[in-house]
Parts: sequence; C-alpha cells; structure tokens
Amino acid sequence: MATAERILTDEMIEAIKAYFPRYPTRQAVTLPALHIVNQRLRYVPLAAVVEIAHLLGLAPAEVQDTLSFYGFFKQDKPHGETRAWVCRSIACALRGGEELLDHLCHTAGIRPGQTTADGKVTLEFAECLGACDFAPCILAGDKLVKNVTHEQADQLLKELRGGNHTNGKGQP
Amino acid sequence: MPKFEPILLANIDKPDSHTLKVYESTGGYRALKKVLAESTPAAFVETIKSSNLRGRGGAGFPTGLKWFFLPKDHPGPIYMCINADESEPGTFNNRILMEEDPHQVIEGIILSCFATRATTAYIYIRYEYPLSYDRLQAAIDECYAAGYLGKNILGKDFALDLYLHRGAAAYICGEETGLIESLEGKRAWPRIKPPFPAVEGVFRKPTVVNNIETACCVTQIAARGVEWFKSIGVPSDPKNPRDPGSYGPKLYCLSGHVNKPGCYEAPLGITCRELIDEYGGGVWKGRKAKAAIPGGISMGLMTEAELDTPLDFAGPGRVGCLGLGTAAVVVLDETVSMVDFLHNSCRFFAHESCGQCTPCREGTAWSLTMLSRIKAGKGRLRDLDLLLEIGDSIGIMPGTTICGLADGAAWPIKNAIRKFRGEFEEYIKRTNPTGYMVNDAVEALPILVGH
Repeated sequence: MATAERILTDEMIEAIKAYFPRYPTRQAVTLPALHIVNQRLRYVPLAAVVEIAHLLGLAPAEVQDTLSFYGFFKQDKPHGETRAWVCRSIACALRGGEELLDHLCHTAGIRPGQTTADGKVTLEFAECLGACDFAPCILAGDKLVKNVTHEQADQLLKELRGGNHTNGKGQP
Repeated sequence: MPKFEPILLANIDKPDSHTLKVYESTGGYRALKKVLAESTPAAFVETIKSSNLRGRGGAGFPTGLKWFFLPKDHPGPIYMCINADESEPGTFNNRILMEEDPHQVIEGIILSCFATRATTAYIYIRYEYPLSYDRLQAAIDECYAAGYLGKNILGKDFALDLYLHRGAAAYICGEETGLIESLEGKRAWPRIKPPFPAVEGVFRKPTVVNNIETACCVTQIAARGVEWFKSIGVPSDPKNPRDPGSYGPKLYCLSGHVNKPGCYEAPLGITCRELIDEYGGGVWKGRKAKAAIPGGISMGLMTEAELDTPLDFAGPGRVGCLGLGTAAVVVLDETVSMVDFLHNSCRFFAHESCGQCTPCREGTAWSLTMLSRIKAGKGRLRDLDLLLEIGDSIGIMPGTTICGLADGAAWPIKNAIRKFRGEFEEYIKRTNPTGYMVNDAVEALPILVGH
C-alpha cells in the first residue's frame, strides 16, 4: 500500500501500539484502536478497518464485525465537530427528555444521527447517560449539560455552532 | 432528616475528594496496608465471605463466594474485571463513586486482586462517563507513583496492573460475559454458562467480574471489619439456611418525579416510601406517586400501594418485581401514562438487545412494534395478551435466552400490564373505538424507531 493512501497516521499507529502490552492478545486492542481512529477522524472508514486489522493481525472482517456491533462508529462520513447525545431513557423522559430531543431536532433542522449543514454538530439520542439526578441531560462531547431547558438547549446549540467544539475522548 | 451516617459517600463533598492527598488524609489506603501486612489472600477471601457482601451490580451474588469459586493453585494469570458499564436506566451511583472518590474504588480493587491473586485488572468503563474516565486515570497514575500499583506493592511480593478499557455505548456490555467478550475485542455476545468466568473468563483464564460499588464495600469491610458491616441491613432469614441476607450500606439512586433526585446512602432494607419521602423530599409538585421502578427499569414496577416494600435483596421480589437490581428508584407521578412508560421501556430493550438469541431479538422488537401501535391509537385488546405472551416466554427464567437482558425486558411488560391492565384497556378502547376488538392480523406501523 502506498504511503500516500494510508488512513492511519504514524501517530495513530504509535497510539494503538502503546496498548499492546496491556493485553495478552492483539484482538483486545480492537476497541482502543477504533476509539483512537474515531477520535481523530470522527469516523472509521472501511479502509481504516483494514489497516487496523493488519496492525492487530486479524482479518478485516473480525474488526468490522466488532465495529458494526456497537452502532457507535460511523463509517460513511465523519460526524460533526461535536457529537451531542440527548438522553431519552425513562428518568429523563419523565422530565421532558423526549420533548428536548424533538426541540433540538426542530431547531437544528436535523434528525437524530444527522449533522448540521455547517458540520458543527451531530445530534444523537442516548439510552441513559447515567445522570438521572440531572434529568433531562445532554452529553455534548465530553461535557455533561445538566437539567437542560429548551432555552439552554438553544444556547448550547448556538455555542457549539459558534465553534466552541468539544469532541469525544482521545484515549479509549 | 435521615439519620444514617454515610460511609461509602462520606468523602464526596470534600474539596478535591478525588485526589490521593485528600483520600489519604481521611484514612485512605490504611486498610490496604493493614491487610497486606497482616492477612493472606485466603484469609481475606474468608473475611469477605463471612461478611455476606452481595454484589452491588444487580444480581446480588455473594462476592466472597464468587472469589472462592476460582480454581485453587491455578498457575495463572487470573484476571479481575471491574464492571463500570453502568447503563441500567435510572442508575448513576457508580458514576458518583468514580468521579468523587476514585481512590476508594481503586483501594477495593487492589484488595480484591490481593484476595483473588489477580495480577491484571481492567475497569470496563462506559463511553458516556468521560469525567469518570479522567478521574480514574489520574487516580491510577497517582497510585503507580505512590507504589500502590505496579510491582512489589507496599514492598510485598504482590504485583498488580490496572487499566481502563473504554466501552462504545452498548448496554449488553454490563452483562458479565458480554463484558468479557467486548474486552477481548469481539461483539459483546454473552456466553452460555457454565463455564462460569471463575473457571474460564477473559482470555480463557479464571476471571472475577465485580461492580464498582462492590469494590468500595470491600474497602470499607477491610477498614471497619465484618461486624460493622453486618450491623447494618437485613439479617439472613433463619428459616432459610441459604439466604445470605442483605447486609451493609447501599447507594440508592433516586430520580424521576421527586423533589430532590440524587444518590443517597442508606442501610439495605429501607422502604421505597421512606426513600422517596425522607431522602427525596417527596413526590414533586405536591402530586401523588403512581408507581416506582425499584432497581433500574429491568426490575419492573411497584404500585403506589407497594411502596412500603423494603428495598433489600428479597423485598422487590415479594411484590412481583424481578429483584433489587441496581437499587435505582425512578418515581412516576399520578399523571404518567402507563402506555408511555411501557413504550419507553420496550424501546430501550429493543435498542439494546444484542440480537444473539431469537426470543429476545424478536420479542423486544415486536413488543416495541405493538406498543408503538397502541400508543398511536391502533391498539387492540388482544395486543395485551400477545405482549404478556412475549413477557412470559423470553428470558433465562423461562429458559429461552442466554443472558438476563430478556428477563429485564419482560418484567416491565409483565408488571405494567398485570398491575395496570385497566388503564391499558381504557386507553385502547378510547383511542381505537372502532377497532379495539379486532382479532385479525394487522400490519405494523411503517415507522419504527428502535434502531
């Protein structure tokens, strides 16, 4: 494979290899590797899956099998600069979580899983963010936004689209 | 106000409670030093066994017994997996422990590894907890620097490496063998047991899977002793020699329609009503409770009349719930529609079923299909019986699935329809006046939002 076509940068490969000593098998590094690539590219295209598999000594199908199980890693195109997860499970739903998600979709003009046209924000529904004491809540990148009103949600969207992005964690 | 003095949550409000300095200033790691100096692995397993500590993750299996099941004189390695994939709706006690007192967690993990002779431990932490991840990683780094982790811990012939392993937003990874598969880099399909993880777990080696709060209980038992632990909670039933009782403090998560949602520490056996009134400040807006989830959504529902049930390991089962689960109480006030509640529950499980066992994959998906139809005013009375048929036939208990996710999906269906059948019938008749008696097959609605 020509270097120019590589998806995984040297930095990514080093970051992935740093996980090898932690586990007795290479396959166990699958999730860490997927997170490392996803953090940097905001998606894990099929070509990256092939390269990860090569690095871990696995068949690409094995990595793809694991990846596709989680529904977390996008493959067709990168998600927005910030991925905002709006909780819809019971504790949040009892305090307006579903209405909050509807409101945000309406304001941003997108459906869950879609990205705003400026590429800034991807809205997602979440199944229980584990912050039921602050329902309804949103996890925007690394930031937990608590007891969110519709006005605060509008404000959050504005901030995120203004460029104050916060992507998910770099370290798996 | 509540009179119980918190132990597990004693430090969470102190400034910088997540740092090693503050943890040590409150007596942290003294228990570890004592156990390493004075005890042996076998003796410490006995200590935990005699405390009757039961796992706090949901199943309530006695922790000491789990450790005791590891093969004796195994050449190793033995692995410890700490389950921090807290995904049960309503549950957030582990998040608070990891964010505000990560060293209490880690001290318990080190003690547990000393007892089980595990030399590598993984904390499987869900993706949705970035602050917990950062706090734990910082605490682990402090521990390596201070000699609590690594080789020759506290000068003894005891080595332990502790790593964080990040999940990718899948509820099933909280099932212990699903967690193991996920950790190995595979899809998180639970394994058929036996072999149990104690015999063949992660990387085909003997493995213990323990919960975060369980680890904290281990820390406190080591620090305060078995007698202290057994002075709290509900004793074993003397008529049932196999009942391990419900000893110790427990973290109860309270959310939904209460005035003060939060994580509260109380002795096991507090009633649901006491928890709501004394800790949660009562039901919000001056309303009455209609029902409450006793321990995460998969445990089912208690009606208002059942709220005096004690929240110990045996209590919720006596009113038809699945069990204590994660002790996460979600309160539903009198305005909540049971159709909405059950739709939410079915949608969750349809989304989170891993798809390995057909009864669960199809059962959860069809129950959502039917609830969506009922909610949209196309329900038929017959649907309630079909839903109950699903509820009664999916899960470990009827013997049709590998893991307990399906039992958790079934319980809200069974409890909601059997305890609130009149409300479901009234809703169906009111919203579908011309079709509620139809018995023919009907088509599903075109739009489904499970996945």
